[in-house]
Order: sequence, then structure tokens, then C-alpha cells
Amino acid sequence: MSNILSLMTFLPIAGVLLLLFIPKDSKGVLRTVAFLTTVATFVVSIPVLTGFQTIADFQFVENVPWIAAGPFAMRYNIGIDGITIWLVILTTFIMPIAVLSTWTAVEDKVKEYMICLLLLETGMLGAFLALDLFLFYIFWEVMLIPMYFIIGIWGGKNRVYAAVKFFIYTMVGSLLMLVALIYLYLLGTKAGITDFSLVHFFSLNVDPATQTWLFLAFALAFAIKVPMFPLHTWLPDAHTEAPTAGSVILAAILLKMGTYGYVRFAMPLFPEATAQFTPLIAVLSVIGVIYAAFVAMVQEDVKKLVAYSSVAHLGYVMLGLFSLNEQGVTGGMLQMINHGISTGALFLIVGFIYERRHTRLISDFGGLAKQMPIFTVIFMIVTLSSIAVPGTNGFVGEFLILIGAYESSLRWYTIIAASGVILAAVYMLWMFQRVMFGELENPKNQKLEDLNAREIAIMVPLIVLIFVIGVYPNPFIEKMTPSIKKVIAQAKVQQTTAQAVSEAQPVAAPAEAPQAATQPAAH
Amino acid sequence: MEINVAQLFATINVATIMPEIILSIMAMVLLLVNVFVPSKQKTYLVWLSLLGIIGAGFSAASGWGQNISSFSGSVVLDNFAIFFKLIFLVSAGLAVLISDQYMERENCNQGELYPLILFATTGMMLMASGTDLMTVFLGLELMSISLYVLAGFNRANLKSNEAGLKYFLLGAFSTGFLLYGMALIYGVTGTTRIAAIASSVAQMNSPLTNTMLGAGMLLIMTGFAFKIAAAPFHMWTPDVYEGAPTPMAAFMSAGPKAAGFAAFLRMFLVAFPMLITQWVDILWVIAVLTMTIGNLTALRQDNIKRMLAYSSIAHAGYALVGFVAANATGTTGILFYMLSYAFMNIGAFAIIVLVGKQGEPNGSVQDFAGLGTKRPVLAAVMSLFLFSLAGMPPTAGFIGKFYLFSGALEQGYVWLAIIGVLNSAASVYYYLRVMVFMYMKPSEEEFGWVTIGAPISLALVVAAAGSLIPGIIPSYILQLAQQAVKLI
Repeated sequence: MSNILSLMTFLPIAGVLLLLFIPKDSKGVLRTVAFLTTVATFVVSIPVLTGFQTIADFQFVENVPWIAAGPFAMRYNIGIDGITIWLVILTTFIMPIAVLSTWTAVEDKVKEYMICLLLLETGMLGAFLALDLFLFYIFWEVMLIPMYFIIGIWGGKNRVYAAVKFFIYTMVGSLLMLVALIYLYLLGTKAGITDFSLVHFFSLNVDPATQTWLFLAFALAFAIKVPMFPLHTWLPDAHTEAPTAGSVILAAILLKMGTYGYVRFAMPLFPEATAQFTPLIAVLSVIGVIYAAFVAMVQEDVKKLVAYSSVAHLGYVMLGLFSLNEQGVTGGMLQMINHGISTGALFLIVGFIYERRHTRLISDFGGLAKQMPIFTVIFMIVTLSSIAVPGTNGFVGEFLILIGAYESSLRWYTIIAASGVILAAVYMLWMFQRVMFGELENPKNQKLEDLNAREIAIMVPLIVLIFVIGVYPNPFIEKMTPSIKKVIAQAKVQQTTAQAVSEAQPVAAPAEAPQAATQPAAH
Repeated sequence: MEINVAQLFATINVATIMPEIILSIMAMVLLLVNVFVPSKQKTYLVWLSLLGIIGAGFSAASGWGQNISSFSGSVVLDNFAIFFKLIFLVSAGLAVLISDQYMERENCNQGELYPLILFATTGMMLMASGTDLMTVFLGLELMSISLYVLAGFNRANLKSNEAGLKYFLLGAFSTGFLLYGMALIYGVTGTTRIAAIASSVAQMNSPLTNTMLGAGMLLIMTGFAFKIAAAPFHMWTPDVYEGAPTPMAAFMSAGPKAAGFAAFLRMFLVAFPMLITQWVDILWVIAVLTMTIGNLTALRQDNIKRMLAYSSIAHAGYALVGFVAANATGTTGILFYMLSYAFMNIGAFAIIVLVGKQGEPNGSVQDFAGLGTKRPVLAAVMSLFLFSLAGMPPTAGFIGKFYLFSGALEQGYVWLAIIGVLNSAASVYYYLRVMVFMYMKPSEEEFGWVTIGAPISLALVVAAAGSLIPGIIPSYILQLAQQAVKLI
């Protein structure tokens, strides 16, 4: 199976073609076909996971010429390594859940909805797998279109505004990245690079002044996607308006595109610029953590609260990645997966109660625990995972990030960011308390039904993962480690420049990093 | 005398202008056939025109790589000309296919429409082939006069009359500039052959300070800027597109714009390469103005035809970015982009034809409300065209823009490329707006749906394929475009 990655990436497209021939009124058939397609994609991704070797190199590589004209040569070059393995599995894993979650929520234009979801899956997988900068850009942009429709057509009251905002924000960033990408390529052609394959560009020594600009262009595109403060304003809108499956995918996977972009492209391609901008990014991440936590606290809408908690979580991820030592990056990568699982689960939970009550206002609820015991247990577990209680996945990720960041030049930022952990507990638990406990006063809530079998089936895999990663994260971390080491090596500035940087910031202690890296990720 | 005539004929190679001959003959045949075809069966004329267009296309394509020149070097059939001829023929073919249904609805399905389209196309082809100021001008006039009539073709409609008259007056004015510029150039260099102008300029002592040469070049630039609707000579575009019959607006936005670029490129890259430092700065400003004015004004349009008119101005601006680069990548981009633009823009206009009501009472974006529910296929195809216009991958519009902006970057025009992409991002808003109405707003009134005829269905399929497939596998067309620009 040498084409397994292509098969996995384009299997959803095959599902789309199948859906086109199904009459739009047979909603059950449409849903089943879409669900089976996503399940099949997941099944195809399993041999990728089992056949994955724990080495730093790209595996399952497919590399054929695609476009060649003028100074440009683009290749269909895809492959997987430790950075992407779990992101890809997360994608194929979340998609069937997302499809199942809208089984009854979407009744209008089911066919188009399912087509959008499947197209989105191809876009996301392609973006993670692409090893050709041009191909990556294509998939990166392709993801936008179905998501735009998902928010805009099946979203809430203010959906059009949210969808257009989402689209234009992302587009501005990615177009500037496109300019930088072409510029980088043209620089490369002078150094003998003949195609857009990513690996060529790692060894390209771009001078620091140019790096600054190129990094800014890439970083802007990714920062919008992450989203980092102050570019996060599209996210609460998009999340609040999107239908449940849209929010789940947005939180679980699309946001990871931004952080993934930093690890895969911005940092290793421009190491000097990375060192230069690390303080700025750390400041913005910490502001993101604290600010988003405070904003989340005062939200009246559960979904908006979860959306802001996403901004805070992604702030941690960024902090971890930019600490550029093994714990930090590992923690960041692991937290990307964790956030996908727990925030995805939170959006599903919000979707459950919204489907029952058609409201998401915290004040409309209270005392649900009495009426919905299963729901309460599940909600509780996910909430704890989100606030990183030991034993859940969130703890492992955040702990590694904080250790990593503390050991790196970002020590002082870490101390402030750590207070965000407490704030997260405050807003999440407070929300949980107001929704689930207290008197069951609202008469509309007294007839609420507990989760049905389908809903439980959706949640169980997520709950299992929350505990598995929380208790025994090593298998997850192990697969990533060689690739993470490689990325750190690429993204770390040569020693001479690093010293210049550390002189500028007395706190910076790059010499500690190797020593820190030897500590195993023990939990 | 007899010897002279024989000599004259000896320089003539009819193969050079075979596509033009085929098209002109077909146009005249159509004029005759039109008399005998009952007014309700004008669809015959559509298929006959298409036959002529395809014939001309094959004739043009068969000359690929031969680079033949004739009529004492005033006409050439090189790859550059052929590529552009194919763009014009694609535009003409699509325009012909979408005309029938529209003209029938608006009760102005006069048979003269089709010969006029073919004559206009003949003019464009001559423009692309012209290597002499005179042949370029001849082609330009043949194109323009046919277009003036086509813009005002809906005689019963006041707006169409206005469009025709406005286009005629302003067009005649701009032709004056062009002609004056040509006269000055002839005065300075003593020749009208484009290649000879270049060598004459090269022999001058100080071409950069020669006022008459500079003035002539500027006037010619003004004339062409008008034809391609570049700012600040773009004012006619929205009124003419809005008033002209929709299929003709579609045609005008694609074919003549490409023809303008063909002649513009050949003239400036072949005749004035010595003066590049002068004209490239002016073009830089024009490109930025054109993109920005086009996009910012399009943001505020409610009438969809006006919106697409301003968008077409913006697209001329993107193509000018490739022109400013004036290198192989940029010019390849222009050729590719003009071809893609013909597909995607005429495709979008075809949907407007189908959605519009008789007399086009408002023609606003609101007319598209609910299209996604009522006609999902039409809405999906329209979305494809709009995404391509917005330059989203994986469409042809993206690849075109990629090459245009790459050309500019290769030449070091980083700011131009950045202004270009930011403009692209702004343009997304008004293209998305149509989709917002199609998919996200309920329809306020029932559609008076006409059935979709065979010609327009064919046009939609071709346009959709032309907007999507070159976006996924662009190599072949890009390589052809590259071969085409090698000669100039």
C-alpha cells in the first residue's frame, strides 16, 4: 500500500461523488453514506498508525511531479512524520464523531452539508500531509470554502457575519503568506532549488533581515488561524454561529492548522527570525491565556465561553512550541491533540443541550444534574480534562508546556501563564456549577431527556482518550519525539547567534535546553 | 505594373490570416442565412457561428510553432497571436452560446447579432496578429465598431442605447489618442512596423529624453488603457456593462480586454523595450490604481452587472501586475489569466442571464437569494466561477494570479505583489456576497424560471471545466503560454 496517504486523503472525495447521486430527500441514506465514508477514512488511517516507525523521517512518502512551468515546479509530495501522525489520526477520528453529532441537528440541505464536511476532511488531511509548500497552500485554502458554507448556511442567527469574517480574516493572512512563499521560492532558485519541496528550504540560509519579513508573513497567517491575541476576534463569532459539527471541527482540527504551521513551517524555515520574535509571541500568548480566561468568565453563552477557552488553550500551545525545548514542544504538540479531544467534546456537549433546549444561555439552565445523570458525568469528565486536572489528558500537556517554558528563555512568561490554569478552573467550574447544580427551577428543563445511545456512543471514545492520554501518555509522546527533536534542531539558531540573542535577554538560557531535554516525560 | 502586383502577391501567405478569413466568411454567410431563417429559429445561427468559431480555432491552432509572417511583415501568425486568438474564440463561442436565450427573452433576437460578434472577433484576432501600427489599428477599429453596435443592441431598452452611445463616444475619443500617438511615433521613427520602431529607437542618441517619442508612447498607452479598462480610463465600463445586453457585457469583459492586452503587450515589449524604465513606472501606478479603484468600488455595488464591471477593472489591474514585471513569468501569467478569465467571467454572466428577468428590472444581487435551494446546480457552478474570480485554489483564477504576482516578485516588485494580494482579499468580500445571497438568504419572490436551453447549458459546462481543470492540472496551458511569450 504505497498510496495509502492519498487513499486516505481522497477517500472523502469519493464519498462526495457518491453523495451526488443520492436524491436529496433520502436524508438517512445521505447521513449513512457520509458516516461510512468518514469511518472508512479512519479505518484506512489505522495502518498508517500501526506501520508508522518511530523515526524522524517522513514516511509513506508519495512524490510525483505535478506542475512545471516557468521558474516553478510543484510536486504532489505528501508524507507523514511524528509531528503530523497524531494530527492526522485526530482528524480521521473526529470526523465520524462530527458527522454523527449532526444526525438530528441538521435537517435542511443534508446533502450539501455532508458534502461540505467531506470536502473539509480532504482539505484538512491534505494540509497536514503536504510536504510541498505550494500543495500545502492549496489545501490550506481549500479548507476555507467548505467551512465558510458550514458556518454560513447551517449556522445560527448571525451566521453570515461570522462566516464572512472567518473567510476574510483567514484569506488576508494566507495571501500574505503566499507572497512570502513565492519570495522564498525565488530566493531558493538562486541557491539551486528546483521545486517547492519543503525539505529543500530547511537548508536554505536566508539572511536574517529577509527572514524577519518572511517569518512575519507566515506567522501572521498562522496567528490568525491559531488564533492568537489580538487576531482572535473571528473565533468567538465563528464558533458561536457554527453548527455543532462545524464548531467541533473548527476547534479540534482547524485551529491546529495554525500551530502546526508554526512547527512545520515558520519556525524551522526561519530560525533567526523565530529567535527574534519569540519574546513577542510569548507576550501575545500569555496575554491570550489571561485575557481569554477573563473574557470567558463573563460569558453568558456556554458556547462562547468554550470558544474563549480555546483561545486560552491555544495560548499555552504557542508558549510550549516557542520554548523550543523538548518538553515544551512535546507539550505543545500533545496539548494540540488534547485540546482537539476535550474542546471538541465540550462543543458536542453544548450541542446536546442546545438541541434539546434551543438556547445556550447559562441563565436558562441550572440543576440539570438531577435530570440528566449520564450527561452530568460526561460533562464533568470533559470539564476536568479541559482545566487540566491530573489524571486527564489536559494535565499532561499543560504540565509539559509549563516545564518546558520554565526551562527556556520564557521563564517569566510561564509564571504568569500558570495563573491561567487557575483562571481556567474558575470559569469552567463556575459555568459547570451554574448549569448543572442548584435547583431545577426552569420548567422547560424538567422534561429534559438524558443522552441517547447515539450521543453516548459519540462521547465514549473521547472520554476513553481523555483518560488514556492522561494516565499513560508515553505511546503518544514516543511517536512524536524523534520528529520533535529534529524540528527543534532545525528551529534553534546556530550557537553563535543564540548567544547574541541570550545577551539581549538575560533570562534566556539556551544552554539549559539540552539538559532539560534529557528528562523523560514521566507521569 | 504587372511585375509589382506579382511581387506583392508573392509576399502574401494566406495561411497567416486564415482564421480571420474563415470567421469573416462565416459572418457573411450568417448574414445571408439570417434572411431565410424564421425569427423563431435563430438557434441555427448559434450553431453555425459556433461552427465558424471552431473552424477558425483549428485553423489558428494548426499554425502553432510555425511563426509565419506575411503582407510585407505587417501580419504575423506566431504562438503569441495564436494563443490570444484562441482566447478570443473561446470568449466569442461562449458569448454566442449564452446570447440566444437572453435575446429571445428580451425580444431582440435579431440575426445580425452573430455576424457582429464574429466581426468583432475577427478584429481582435487581427489586433493580436498585427505587427504594424496600421494592422493593429485596423483590427482595433473593426472590433470597436462591432462592439459599439453590440452594446446598444437592445434597441428598445434605454439603458442599452445609453451604453452603446457612451461606449461609442468615449471609444472614439480614446481611439483619437491612440491614433495621435501612432502618428507621433511614425513621425519620430519613420516607420509603422513595430519591430522597425524598436531598431529605430535603439539607434537614437537619447531616446529617453525625446519628447515626441515619449508623448507618442504615452498617448498609445492611454488608448490601450481605455480598451482594457484600466484606471483612470475605466469610467465607461460600469455604465456600458450595465446597459449592454448581458451576454455582450460578458463578451466585452473577456475578448476585447484580452485583445487590448495582446496589442498592448506586443507594442510595448517589442517596440519600446528601450524605454522600459519610463513606461514601467507609469504602468506600476496604473496597475495599483486599477486594482484598488476597481475593488473598492465593486465593494459598494448592488447591481450585479456593475459589480462584475468593477471587478473586471480590478482584474485588468491584476493582469497589469504581470505587465509591469515584463518578464516571462509575468507575461505567461497574463496569457493564462486572460484565458481563465474568459471562462470564469462569461460563466458568471451566463448565470446572470439565467437569473435575470425580462427587461432586467433591478438586476441586483438580491435576485440571487435562494438560488442555492431552488437551483443547487446553478448555484454551485456560480460559486465555482466566483471562487475562481476571487483567486481561490484549486481554480484557474488562482494559478493565473499566482503567476502574475510571481512575475512581479521575480522582478523585485514586492510591494506591487502585496498590494495585489491585499486587493484580492478585499475582492473576496463582494464575491462572497453573491454566495451569501445564493445560500444564506431566503428568496423573497418566486423565480420566473425559464428552462435552460441547450446552448447555454453547453456554455456553462465548458466555462465550468475551463475554470476548474486548469486550476488542478495547469501545466499544459502554462507551457503553451510560455512558448507563446517567448517570441516577443
